[in-house]
Amino acid sequence: MTGARIVIAVVVLAAAAVVAWILLRPGELPRTGVPAPVTNATTQYLSRGEYLARAGDCVACHTTPTGKPFAGGRAMPTPFGNLYVPNITPDDETGIGKWTADEFYRMMHTGISRDGALLYPAMPFASYTKVTREDCDAIYAYLMSVPPVHQKNRPHELRFPFNKRELLVGWRALYFNEGEYVPDSSQSAQWNRGAYLVEGLGHCAMCHTAINRLGGSSESQAFEGGMIPNQNWYAPSLTSNREAGLADWSEKDIVDLLQVGVSKRATVYGPMAEVVYNSLQYLTDEDVAAMAVYLKSLPKRDAEPQPTSQARLVGPEILETGRKVYETQCAMCHGAEGKGNPPQFPPLAGNQSITMSSPVNSIRMVLNGGYSPGTRKNPRPHGMPPFAHILNDAQVAAVITYIRVAWNNTGTPVMPAQSSELRTLLPE
Amino acid sequence: MPALAQNEAVPAFKTVDSIEARVQGCVTCHGQSGQGTNNGYFPRIAGKPAGYLYNQLVAFRDGTRQYPPMNYLVAYLPNAYLREMAEYFAKLRPPFSAKEPAPADAAILERGKVIATTGDPGKGIPPCIACHGARLTGMNPGIPGLVGLHAAYITAQLTRWRVGSRHADDPDCMKRVVSRLSEADIAAVAAWLAVQDPPSDSSPESSNLVRMPLACGSQS
Repeated sequence: MTGARIVIAVVVLAAAAVVAWILLRPGELPRTGVPAPVTNATTQYLSRGEYLARAGDCVACHTTPTGKPFAGGRAMPTPFGNLYVPNITPDDETGIGKWTADEFYRMMHTGISRDGALLYPAMPFASYTKVTREDCDAIYAYLMSVPPVHQKNRPHELRFPFNKRELLVGWRALYFNEGEYVPDSSQSAQWNRGAYLVEGLGHCAMCHTAINRLGGSSESQAFEGGMIPNQNWYAPSLTSNREAGLADWSEKDIVDLLQVGVSKRATVYGPMAEVVYNSLQYLTDEDVAAMAVYLKSLPKRDAEPQPTSQARLVGPEILETGRKVYETQCAMCHGAEGKGNPPQFPPLAGNQSITMSSPVNSIRMVLNGGYSPGTRKNPRPHGMPPFAHILNDAQVAAVITYIRVAWNNTGTPVMPAQSSELRTLLPE
Repeated sequence: MPALAQNEAVPAFKTVDSIEARVQGCVTCHGQSGQGTNNGYFPRIAGKPAGYLYNQLVAFRDGTRQYPPMNYLVAYLPNAYLREMAEYFAKLRPPFSAKEPAPADAAILERGKVIATTGDPGKGIPPCIACHGARLTGMNPGIPGLVGLHAAYITAQLTRWRVGSRHADDPDCMKRVVSRLSEADIAAVAAWLAVQDPPSDSSPESSNLVRMPLACGSQS
């Protein structure tokens, strides 16, 4: 009997130990009952391709708002006429179904299509040339995996002589440098990752470098800002601290602006809202942080001096009109002292996008208002209403003049004619 | 411009982290509570069925309903948020603003009343109230109220339907109706609708309480 008791006691103790071990195992998360998804190598590869395609924001141009993904057809107005973006679904007849990975890489890397035609630089191959073969292949594999859509490409409608693709030889000689990204060994891996994304798939230079009359952007002016052709928004310089230069920003604020769409210092609207909505919000925290590190390190080129006090002179009656409009219409959200209620309502005091020399974006915001994009980290953004129907051009100019010079802001006055000019354009 | 209407179009809210603060982007055109403003082209949106408001927000975002200021504003907002905005305004019941002055021509008003309340069987025009509700407050989930709208707005929308620039989910019942209306009919019905007294209860009717004379995609 005693022997049996000992056996039972040992068994009970052993069972208790097992239970205790199961319950008290260190470092184990509670189980949710859902088995971890098993992804095979193909799934992982396609997901990587999808991620990279998002980093390149392919969908923004290659999909119409109600169209099937990547089926093209979207009109892209340029100063030279309308381009119609092609179908890049894997349809054999109308898409890229018959393209090989080699042909896809040649297109991304050199801007030469499968049939040998030179691509118009609306396709950002001047940036995509920096993308590695490995990443191009993953994007190719992903695009081959999406549903093929049978939809014929619409021919471009470009004016003579821009409809002659042969002329692109000249454009390419002036503005195109072929070559994958070469890491800078004097910089960290994180910086290099950021540079690769910003200069390559992110194709930031397409907007943030001034476009000249030939539709080219000069490398010596990289990221110095410029008007976005046909969208009538100003893409601020990423190098000048008087514009969107980020040297003085914290890394967190840059990451928030890019990935969340709002930050303590500024908010994205217009074309940049599109980029955040379709592309940047999906990037990993690590990749956005790398981009922030790189952007923060861009060389500061304060070519533009602070405006002189002479240039900043504003008539007292205009300032008073501006102040009154501000108090009635703006102070509720942006605060009597222009401090805003960040990140929901951006500050106006000390905000580079208010004081930079181009007032285009400020005027557009007052006329048309705007919502920052609804993102995974900010799915319910706050928004600003339009004032075009409430304020006349003199009032718009006065209130923007006011916010450009109040609270130690260092901007210059805005003229009613500048408001009038933007009022006639449709918001987009 | 009456002072009251102007004040109701100025941003105001109590707490920043609220749906009320989030929809300040709407108020200069649609009023603080969605009651509309004195601008004839901006509709009252308060109390319209949530399904209808949601459909419009999605259509504006995707460009299937075109009005550039709205297309621009909601371009990058996700469905769930547009739904929340729609449900917020659908629940509000702000007072109606003053009616528009009636047009001088009584014959126009009479024609408008006939179209709205009895229809024109000879031309195959069902009465507005058959779908938009006996009190003209709309029907859940997808048919808008017509009461409290300005004549200019109603005329503009019916005209857009007539020329094919505004449409609804198939089967597009409104397209069938508008194709039977003349320009004079549109002006008459818009004038009559704009001078109706608001009902004490401005809630939309329940879904499909009555059988509708035409099949409507927005009710399915």
